[in-house]
Amino acid sequence: MNGFSRYLEAAGAAPAADLVEGAPLSPARRDWLKTAGALTGLVLAVGASGVVRAADAASEKKYGGDGMPHGTVDDPLVFVSIGKDGIVTILSHRAEMGTGVRTGLPMVVADELEADWSRVRVMQAPGDEPRYGNQDTDGSRSTRHFFQPMRRVGAAARGMLEAAAARQWGVPVEEVAARNHEVVHEKSGRKVGYGELAEAAAKLPVPKGSALRLKQPEQFRYIGKQSTRSVDIQDIVTGNTHFGIDTRLDGMLYASISRPAVLGGKVKRYNADAAMQVPGVVKVVELPAGPTPPMFAPLGGVAVIAQDTWAALKGRQALEIEWDDGPHAGYDSQAFRKTLSEAAGKPAKAVRNDGDAMKALEGAARRIQAEYYLPHLAHATMEPPAATARIVDGKCEVWACVQSPYGTRENVAKHLGMDISAVTVHQTLLGGGFGRKSKSDFVVEAALLSRAMDGKPVKVTWSREDDITNDYFHTVSVERIEAGVDAQGKAVAWLHRTAAPTIGSTFVANAEGQQPFELGMSAVNIPFDIPNFRVESVPVPAHTRIGWFRSVSNIPHAFAVQSFVAEMAHELKRDPRDYLLELIGPPRKISPAEMSDSWNYGESPTLYPLDTGRMRHVVELATKEAGWGRQLPPGRGMGVAVCYNFVTYIATVVEVEVAKDGTLVVPQVHVAVDCGPQVHPDRVRAQTEGACIMGLSLATRSEISFTHGRTDQTNFHQYEVTRMPEAPRDIKVHLVEHGYDVPLGGVGEPAVPPFAPALCNAIFAATGKRIRSLPIRDQLKT
Amino acid sequence: MASLTINGKSHDINAPDDMPLLWVIRDRLGMTGTKFGCGMAMCGACTVHMDGQPIRSCITPVAAAAGKRITTIEAIGEEPVGRAVQQAWAEIGVPQCGYCQSGQIMSATALIRSNPNPTDEDIDAAMSGNICRCGTYPRIRTAIKQVATKGADK
Repeated sequence: MNGFSRYLEAAGAAPAADLVEGAPLSPARRDWLKTAGALTGLVLAVGASGVVRAADAASEKKYGGDGMPHGTVDDPLVFVSIGKDGIVTILSHRAEMGTGVRTGLPMVVADELEADWSRVRVMQAPGDEPRYGNQDTDGSRSTRHFFQPMRRVGAAARGMLEAAAARQWGVPVEEVAARNHEVVHEKSGRKVGYGELAEAAAKLPVPKGSALRLKQPEQFRYIGKQSTRSVDIQDIVTGNTHFGIDTRLDGMLYASISRPAVLGGKVKRYNADAAMQVPGVVKVVELPAGPTPPMFAPLGGVAVIAQDTWAALKGRQALEIEWDDGPHAGYDSQAFRKTLSEAAGKPAKAVRNDGDAMKALEGAARRIQAEYYLPHLAHATMEPPAATARIVDGKCEVWACVQSPYGTRENVAKHLGMDISAVTVHQTLLGGGFGRKSKSDFVVEAALLSRAMDGKPVKVTWSREDDITNDYFHTVSVERIEAGVDAQGKAVAWLHRTAAPTIGSTFVANAEGQQPFELGMSAVNIPFDIPNFRVESVPVPAHTRIGWFRSVSNIPHAFAVQSFVAEMAHELKRDPRDYLLELIGPPRKISPAEMSDSWNYGESPTLYPLDTGRMRHVVELATKEAGWGRQLPPGRGMGVAVCYNFVTYIATVVEVEVAKDGTLVVPQVHVAVDCGPQVHPDRVRAQTEGACIMGLSLATRSEISFTHGRTDQTNFHQYEVTRMPEAPRDIKVHLVEHGYDVPLGGVGEPAVPPFAPALCNAIFAATGKRIRSLPIRDQLKT
Repeated sequence: MASLTINGKSHDINAPDDMPLLWVIRDRLGMTGTKFGCGMAMCGACTVHMDGQPIRSCITPVAAAAGKRITTIEAIGEEPVGRAVQQAWAEIGVPQCGYCQSGQIMSATALIRSNPNPTDEDIDAAMSGNICRCGTYPRIRTAIKQVATKGADK
């Protein structure tokens, strides 16, 4: 085995004992959680001025991948292995949930390595951040943070192969060059394959600093090209993939868990007699009630363990359980909507305050106001949460579809009272993630049940009902915006009051008020050219588990802001696109701090200022491609919305056709995406297409509502999502070209938020009906 | 005891009559290509063919499948249309996470086999029972049309 194979041992076995990370799960798992943890610091410290100006705290901050736990790693000996047969194995350390990252990042390594993609294999890393760098796959960060480290991995390995060849031939290294899986000495015409060089190369020093020679972009073979297929495509189309739900181990048992339907609920008493009579049921186990705040801990309940999934489900149906619903039993969505609306009607703490919006509103020639409502959403990943665990000789091994395998490892270790070195997390494919599978509650369930079965392997499979009723839901919100316009029609004041339970409540008991990272998603960081600009965050409680859902708080904020701009345009008899561009104002670079945005998606304000030129350009590009302004037949309309999110600029133009009976059809969508240079353009397009469909789902159909603390929806017959007949026939994605001097933006999430406002603006253009409450459902029916 | 023919092989299964075919295929026979999505025939992830017709295996009791010819994603590529669908899916890059795609491919294969040149409305009707949360519908439509245009390998 050569040195390049070292990681294979680690990938297959429990991590080595040199890990120092023995600490229990801290809320600092994600940078977002750090922000939530700062609840008692940053927010309270603001004091009477009431304005969060957190730029001063930024001076010592680390940004991007360096700012994430365990940062980035660019050691080729960690990520690359080359066999004597020339097969190059590249490690993928990020979770694959459909973004294509398991292909994209190894492709970057292969490109710099001058490897022939047909002789590359990809292997999935277990959860081990000290070794691989951050593995928390969310926030549209994987390619953004690991593009450069993975280039260095490939380039360093290439340099070592070249040095080994030069040494073998006794020629200066400058005279040799790696080309398509072999090193060539042109002067003598000699060539040697990577397989023959690997062993010698692995003994050479890893080139660093000026010794590390990255390719020039024009030399890229795969990066930025259209041709690289998913490494999993053949397995997917033939049914041979391994998702979390697909794990099978010898002697494995299957579990189904009845959990409290209301957050904070507990089992009062239960009777398992009937359940135990179901053939195949092996044991019934009570799990302890979940903590407050809920964190990533299991919710508790009663588990039925059986010899197959069906027996477990039948046994669970036969359980008789009496519940104590606890403090959130009164949660009612209709009543809570009123609470939010009333709260949004009263002055609250300013989280951005430029000029004097109140005074400017009073003096305005005209005031325009609107209120928007968006309900809770469930992620509803097609693969429900599922995990398998076994405990042998005091060591726990799990197989799970998780977005953060290392965070999962910490969480399992904490709940089992084990040292983290005793826990191994094998990363499977994820059948969708969208933020749900960042939370490893379901993996801890499997681990606890394995322990209850003396370490036997136990697979926990959530039913769809479990998934929809016990999700970490996207928040619910009321957004109220008021603008003042002077006699010339110029906007002089903006007041946005946002009322939504915070994700912070999942980590800090009774947390109220959106956190800087939530407000930094299209509430405060709106670059409009309006002198008096005020955003207020209204503290409201959470009555269910609030989690992050693909593009997070951008969904409600951008819906309100981008709908409101079109409403203003209508009131002022202006073209909505022209008016949007007027509000964005001239091209300029704005520091996030100037907009009271202390987060900026974790990125450096210097490297990633908000560039209104790029924002204008995506609006102009999408509208131009869509043929903005062309004559449309009656019942048709076009709407536009723009959103800066995950440091990407994205504008969406939706064309709708609304029939006389209110039936809605979306014949065409144009999306302009400026995410910097595109590493894997086809997957950028795919993610954008898919995000539009998710945006359509939440705009037209999806809603989670609560009565008596329980969701009113349990499965896809009630929690509706977009299906084939309603999907747009044509989604055109227009990518803005950049050189590699421009830093990368996110891709997985950004196209979700602008879709719903663009759609509703189009509906208004087509019908004159303004949608301010989602989902649309029957609002257009006549 | 039910006698099942799955992908051309016969299996004697000792399972309760009401056990859905899905769990027999996945848990008893260990073929995990057929997916669980909802358990109530709302999402299509569990679609298999029974005597050539697409069915939702999550609500089909194993007793109802006895004596029938069952085909799953693992063997659909042995049929010309199934193979052509798989190829089109790969060429067009349909899947994102891939989880629902077994069911999508089974539904699409059944559609094209019975209707080699489906219209958009035919595609809507045949595919409306298969949910994809990643939103691959436009590419699914494109792939189905590509198969229809090229025709399956004979």
